[in-house]
This record gives sequence, C-alpha cells and structure tokens, in this order.
Amino acid sequence: MKSFTPEINMNEKVIDIRDLYKSFGSNHVLRGIAIDVHKGENVVVLGRSGTGKSVLIKIIAGLLTPDSGYVNVLGREVDKLDTQGLRELRLKIGFCFQHGALYDSMTVGENLAFPLKRNTPHIKNEQVKRMVNVVLEAVGLAQTINQMPSELSGGQRKRIGIARTLILRPDVMLYDEPTAGLDPITCTEINNLINEVQRRFNTSSIIITHDLACAKAVGDKIVVMKEGQFVKQGNFNEVFSTEDDLIKEFYDYNFIQ
Amino acid sequence: MESSKEQAEKPLISKGIDGFFRDIYYIFRFISRFFKEVLRPPVEVKEFIRQCYLVGYKSLALITMTGFITGLVFTKQSRPSLAEFGATSWLPSLIAIAVIRALAPLVTALICAGKVGSSIGAELASMRVTEQIDAMEVSAINPFKYLVVTRIMATTVCIPVLVGYTGLVGLMGSFIDVHMNEQTTLTTFFQEAFKNITFLDFITTGVKAVVFGFTIGVVSCYQGYHATQGTQGVGKAANISVVISMFLIFIEEIIIVQISNSIR
Repeated sequence: MKSFTPEINMNEKVIDIRDLYKSFGSNHVLRGIAIDVHKGENVVVLGRSGTGKSVLIKIIAGLLTPDSGYVNVLGREVDKLDTQGLRELRLKIGFCFQHGALYDSMTVGENLAFPLKRNTPHIKNEQVKRMVNVVLEAVGLAQTINQMPSELSGGQRKRIGIARTLILRPDVMLYDEPTAGLDPITCTEINNLINEVQRRFNTSSIIITHDLACAKAVGDKIVVMKEGQFVKQGNFNEVFSTEDDLIKEFYDYNFIQ
Repeated sequence: MESSKEQAEKPLISKGIDGFFRDIYYIFRFISRFFKEVLRPPVEVKEFIRQCYLVGYKSLALITMTGFITGLVFTKQSRPSLAEFGATSWLPSLIAIAVIRALAPLVTALICAGKVGSSIGAELASMRVTEQIDAMEVSAINPFKYLVVTRIMATTVCIPVLVGYTGLVGLMGSFIDVHMNEQTTLTTFFQEAFKNITFLDFITTGVKAVVFGFTIGVVSCYQGYHATQGTQGVGKAANISVVISMFLIFIEEIIIVQISNSIR
C-alpha cells in the first residue's frame, strides 16, 4: 500500500469518459466504457490482454478516434479538437509506453531534450540541460545521460520513458503496462516511481496493467475490465472482496493473498 | 448499426482490386500531406542536413565504385564494335550520351532505391512498431514533418547531386580506358564527349533525377510510416520499398524518355 496519502480533489475531474465505444472491424473492443479520474488520483485499469485497456488510453491521448462516446480530458473533448487544440492538450498529457518507446538514434539526454526543445523553441541550452538533469535525477538515472537506449535495461528504459514525459510537466500521466516484463525488484522500483511522480508533480494517472502488485501499490481506485466493459470498481480491498470468478482468478494468479 | 458497418466493409468489386485503389488513394493523400507540410513552418533544418548526410555522403563510396566501373566497362564493351568501322574516335561521344542520358540517372536511382530506400523503409517501420512515432505524437511533435518531410526532401535534393557525380565518375572511368588505348588527353576527351550533348539532355536527366529521388523518398517513407505486423513488418516494409521504387523508376524512365524524345 502507499506510504503517503495523495491529495485527491474529488470536485475536480481531469478525465471524464462516458459511453465509449470502439471497434476494429468486427472486433468490438470497447463497449460503453465510463470512467472519472479526479485531480491527483491514480486509477488502475486491470484486465487480461486484449480487453481494450491500451485502446482506452490511446483514445484519451488522441492516438485513436472513438466510434462514439464522450471523452473529456482537462476540460476539452478530445475527438472535437483540431490539430492545434490536440497539440496543446498533449503537452499536458504524459504517455509512458509499454517498452519505453525511446528514440533509438538519440542518447538518453537527447531523448529527454527533444520534446522540450521542440515545444519551447526559444529555450536556452543551459536551461534544457538543467531540466534534463532534474528529471533524470527524479527517476534516479542521472548517470545514463550519455548512454544510447540500446545500452539500457528494460527497467531503465521504462524509467527514462517516464522521465521523458515528466520534462513537459504534464497534469495527466497515462502508463501502459509499466511493470510488464520486469523482475519483482524492478517492478517495485517502478511502482515507487509512479507514486513519487504522483506525490511530487501532483499528477492524475491512469495505469494500465495486469499486475496486481502494481495495482495494489499505486492505485487509489481500481477498475476491472472484461470484454470491453468495466465490471467492478473501487479501492483494492473493495474490488477483491468478491466472489466474481474473473477477479478471483486474477487474484489467485498473482499470488498475493 | 453493426449490420450497416459490416455492409460498408463489403468490397465494391473484389477485395484485391478495392485494396489496390485504396492504396493508390492513400499514397496520393500521403503525397498531398507532404506538400502541405513542406511549406508549413518550422523548417527541420538539422534533421534535413542529417538525412542529406545519410542519403548523399554515405552513398558516395558505392556510387563512385559503381559509376566508375559502369563507364569503364561500357567503354571496353563498345570498343570492338566501333573498332570494326574504324570509329573508336566516337567512343567519348557515345559514352557521354549513354552515361548522361540513361546510365547515370538509372544506375544512381537503382542503387539508392536499394541502399537508401530499404534503410528509410526499415528505420521508419521499426519506429512505428516500437511506438516511437506514437511517442512523438503524444509529445506534441509532428512526426510526419520531422520524419517524412525531411527524408523525402533529402532524397529529392541529394539524388540529383549523386546523379551528376555518377555521370562525372562514369566519364572518368571511360576516359581511363580511352586514354590507355588512344592516349587521348582529358581536355580532348571531354571536348569530344560533350560535342553531341544538348541542353535538353541535361534538363531531361535533371528531371529524371528529381523524379527518381522523390519516388524513392515517398515510397520508402510511405511503406515505413504505415508498417504493421511487428518485426515482420519491418522486413516487409524494407523489401517492398525497394521493389516498388525500382518498378516505378523504370516506368518513370520510359515516360520521361518518351516525353523528351517528342520534344527533341
């Protein structure tokens, strides 16, 4: 469980989704999803692979267009924004990809400086260097600044991915399977980092995962997804004190009883 | 609602023919987006220069070797036929016409389609499947402008320069053979070589080079940018980039030659 009490403002919704549908051909991935994320809140979306968890956060970031439904992020309806509006919104959203998605041809430092320089054209090099160092220290990887992504471990890549989003000081963080494929110790480090980001930068987050340890460690609210729909939500204890087979299966599989 | 969607997905003619026309439509949309983005600030100078270095400078060694050997071998192969008529003095002129009108643009374009096209196709496809392009988008960076526009611009600018260079190197290869057999000086060789070359020849070659460069850029960027199917898609994008670029280069060669001959 968390070692701190997050400052969640229940009166301020940063993400508001209603009746969200998305299909790929005859594959109906999302079937009437509804979710609220409040200021400073970490919401974990749990579910098996292929249930549409990643599609949900890609719609929030404007990478995919929904078939129908209402998606409001930071007071703006995502699918109604023009290119400039979407660009402005994306500056406030940090998206951490499953495998880091670091730019192969750039060093760690350049990976971090790239979005900053591109979005603030008149920024001075000294300021960029300083900000890069600040976020690298925040994720505990200041020594990797001159390394190439290929020289980093899986956990380091994910942490640099988080650092790259933090450099733009987002209000909303979207994590896609942050602990997938990592050893338990690195998972714990990533979970601590997600909590640290929430505490230090006062971000609201959606964390997509199928790792219950991660859900328990970082989630203020847990939402369980099955076949494109949310079947249960609440805090960790509320969600897992159930007789629902799917949820019990999840719990048993993760061996954290 | 579902049934109307399924109806809309039914092919109009057949799946293959529909797909072919859909691809053509998507490619034209891709090209029109390129022209829109290329005029829109900011200009990606640094990335454009980096791509010019990769497309142009990194291809120089291969182009030099191929161009030189093409000129040399073509001269050696043509000599016996001309010698039969005692017309070896026509060699510089013959080689210049062949190299400048056809060999330089074609050889350069085919080499670049293989080397540059596959490299761009594979690089962009790899960025697509590892979500690096999505990462740019969510960081409020326009990946089309940064990745596609700079690469198409680089191939369109650098391949004409490489064509000029290949022509020069090819003629130098030819000169070596002519000099060794007829002791012709460099000045005489070039005076003879350019005797029958007209302004239209340079224009036609220039147009070919620009069209070939643009084609290689568009095809490889399109294939890479829209890659799917994970790592398998990377190899597929690289392969298709080369095959389609080469096919289109030959088609364009025929069309441009026909047009220039009708003007001549």
